[in-house]
Amino acid sequence: MLTRTLLLGAASVLAMASFANAETLTIATVNNGDMVRMQKLTDDFTKKNPDIKLEWVTLEENVLRQRVTTDIATKGGQYDIMTIGTYEVPIWAKQGWLLPLDGLAKDYDKDDLLPAIRDAVSVDGKLYASPFYGESAMVMYRKDLAEKAGVTIPEKPTWDQIAEAAKKMTDKSTETYGICLRGKAGWGENMALLTATANSFGARWFDEKWHPQFDQPEWKHALKFYVDLMKEAGPPGASSNGFNENLALFQTGKCGIWIDATVAASFVTNPKESKVADKVGYALFPTGGVENHGNWLWAWNLGVPAGTKKAEAAQKFVSWATDKAYTELVAAKEGWANVPPGTRSSLYANPEYQKAAPFAKITLDAMTAANTSKPTIKPVPYTGGQFVAIPEFQGLGTAVGQQFSAALAGSMTVDQALQGAQALTTREMTKGGYIK
Amino acid sequence: MARSTTTRSKIIFTVIGWTIGFLIFFPILWTFLTSFKSEGTAIATPPQFLFFDWTLENYHEVQSRSDYFKHFTNSVVISVGSTLIGLALAIPAAWAMAFSPTKRTKDILMWMLSTKMMPAVGVLVPLYLIFRDWGLLDTRLGLVAVLTMINLPIIVWMLYTYFKEIPGEILEAARMDGASLMKEIVYVLTPMAVPGIASTMLLNIILAWNEAFWTLNLTAANAAPLTAFIASYSSPEGLFWAKLSAASTMAIAPILIMGWFSQKQLVRGLTFGAVK
Repeated sequence: MLTRTLLLGAASVLAMASFANAETLTIATVNNGDMVRMQKLTDDFTKKNPDIKLEWVTLEENVLRQRVTTDIATKGGQYDIMTIGTYEVPIWAKQGWLLPLDGLAKDYDKDDLLPAIRDAVSVDGKLYASPFYGESAMVMYRKDLAEKAGVTIPEKPTWDQIAEAAKKMTDKSTETYGICLRGKAGWGENMALLTATANSFGARWFDEKWHPQFDQPEWKHALKFYVDLMKEAGPPGASSNGFNENLALFQTGKCGIWIDATVAASFVTNPKESKVADKVGYALFPTGGVENHGNWLWAWNLGVPAGTKKAEAAQKFVSWATDKAYTELVAAKEGWANVPPGTRSSLYANPEYQKAAPFAKITLDAMTAANTSKPTIKPVPYTGGQFVAIPEFQGLGTAVGQQFSAALAGSMTVDQALQGAQALTTREMTKGGYIK
Repeated sequence: MARSTTTRSKIIFTVIGWTIGFLIFFPILWTFLTSFKSEGTAIATPPQFLFFDWTLENYHEVQSRSDYFKHFTNSVVISVGSTLIGLALAIPAAWAMAFSPTKRTKDILMWMLSTKMMPAVGVLVPLYLIFRDWGLLDTRLGLVAVLTMINLPIIVWMLYTYFKEIPGEILEAARMDGASLMKEIVYVLTPMAVPGIASTMLLNIILAWNEAFWTLNLTAANAAPLTAFIASYSSPEGLFWAKLSAASTMAIAPILIMGWFSQKQLVRGLTFGAVK
C-alpha cells in the first residue's frame, strides 16, 4: 500500500515536472468564423511543437479591445498573442506596446503579403503584427433583381448609378429594398461606411491643421445623399442595422444592393446559410465625382505584446497561423472557400482558390485599390481609410456616428447632425491638443 | 353585489399579475427559444415563435468549442466564496450598527454605500496595477476579493435593516442569562435572522454570478467565469444569435434553478419586517 502511494506520488511529481516544461501561450481573439476555424486546427501546431500549450480567450470585439488595451497599457502580461485590428497596430507600435516581428519562421515570406495590408501593419518598414485575414469594401448586388428592374451595375459604379438601380429594385410590397447600408452608430459600424463614402465624395475628416471639415459642402453632399437614398430605397429601421443585420437581410433576399466588407461575400455565397447564394454580383466601392473608391481597408492581425515573457514561442505560433502552409492546411481540411482571405498575393494567384471563391478577383481589386496612406483626394494629416488612425478616433467616431444615425432615423436633420459633429469634433480635437 | 365586484377585481388583478410576470420573464423565454433555432431562423423577420425546426446544434457547437464546466466551477467558487466571506464580515458589522448605534452610524452606512456610486471603470487601472503586482490577475482569489469588497456595502445594508427588526430586549435577556457576545450572535441573533441572512446570501450570489465588469476585465484564461463564456459567443462579422442564446441559457440555468428552489426564502426575506 505504502509502495503504491509512493509510486503514485512519484508519478504525479514527474507529471508535474514535465508539465512545467511546457510553455503555455495565452491567445486573445474575437469570435469570427476564421478564428474559430483556427482554434479547431491547432492540433497541427501542437503536434509540431509539443513543448507549447495553447490557451484561448475569445471575447466580444469591444470587450476584447478594452481588455487588451488595459493589459497592454499596464504591461499586465496576461496575453502572449493578441488579435488586433489595423487601427491599433500603428498606434500601439509607436507606443512601444508591440514587439517587432523579427523572429518569424524562414518560410514566412513577408513579400507575399498584399502591399496595402503589409503597409498597414508596418511602422518604419518593420512588421509589428501579422495579418490573419483582410478585407476592403465592395458592392454586392442581386443579379436577378437588377435584370428584372432593367438596370446594369458596371464594375466601377458611381453613387448615382447605385442610387438609380436601388430605387428601381425597390418593391416595398414584397419587402424588397433596393439598398441596405449600415446605420447603427459606432466608429466601426456606420462610421466605417460613412467615412469611406465621404472619401469617395471628396470629403475629409480634417484639413492639414486638424480642423474638422464637417461644415464643408463635400460632407453635406455625402451625408444628404446617404440619408435620402436610405429613406427612399432602404429597409425600415435602418438606423439600427450593422453588418450582421444587413447580412441577415441580404441572405434572406430582402436587399437588392449591399455595400459592405468584402468578407461578406463568403457568407452570402454559402448555400447553407444564404437563399441568394447563386445570384450575387459584385462591383467596386462606388465613386461620387472624384476618383476615390473609399479606401476601406481592414485586417485582423496577430501581434505580440511587449510585456510577454514568451516572445519566441509566440512568434512561432504567429508564423504557423499566418504563413502559406496554413492556407493549405485549411484548404485540405475545410476546402479552399474557407481559407482566410485578403492577406497574401499567392492565394489570389492560386487557380483552385479562384475556382472556389467567385469573389476572389473583385476582393483583390478592391484591396489593391485601397490606399490608406492617402485616403482622400485633398491632403490630410492622418492615415487610415474607413477610420482615422489617431487614438481619439474610437470615442470621436462613435459620437459622430450617433449624430449621423439620428439623421438617418429622422430625429435630426442632416444639417443639425453635421453641426453637432463639427462642434463635438472641434471640442475634442482642441482638448487633445491637435488644434493649436 | 359586493361579492361579484370582488370576484371581478380578483380576475382583473390575476390577469394583470400574470401579464406583468410574463413580460418580465419573456426575454429569458425568448433566449431559451432562440437557442434551439438555426442562425438564419434566429434573425428572421417576422420572428418565429414556436413553429420552427428545433435543433440542438447550437448546444453541441458550444459544448465542443468551450469548456463549460471550467467556467461554471469558476462562477460557483467566485460567487459563493465572495458571499460567504462578505457575510462573515458583515454580520458583526451590522450587529454593531443595529444594536449599539452611535451618533455616526447613519453616516458610516451612507459612506459604505457611497463606495458603490463611483463607476467601476474609474478604478480599473489602479486596481489592475495592484493585481498585476500582487500576482492576482486571472486568479479566483483575486476575483473573490474584489467581489467581496464590491458587494459588502449591500450585504451590510440588508443585514442592518433585518437586524433592526429584531427586538433588542431579546438580546438583552440573553445577556442577562450570561451569554457571551459570541454566543449572543451565534445562538440568539443568527437563528432569528435566518430568513434575512438567507435572502441576503441568495441575492448576493445572484449579483456576484451576474457581475460582468470585473470578472471580464481581471481574468484571461484560468479564472474566467460564465460571463466570459457568454462574451465569447458574440461576433462582429457573422451571425451569432442562436449560439449566443445557447451559451446564455447554459450560463443562467444554474442560477435560475437555484432561485426557483429558494424563492420562498427570497420572498420571505425581502418582505421580512414589512408588516409588524
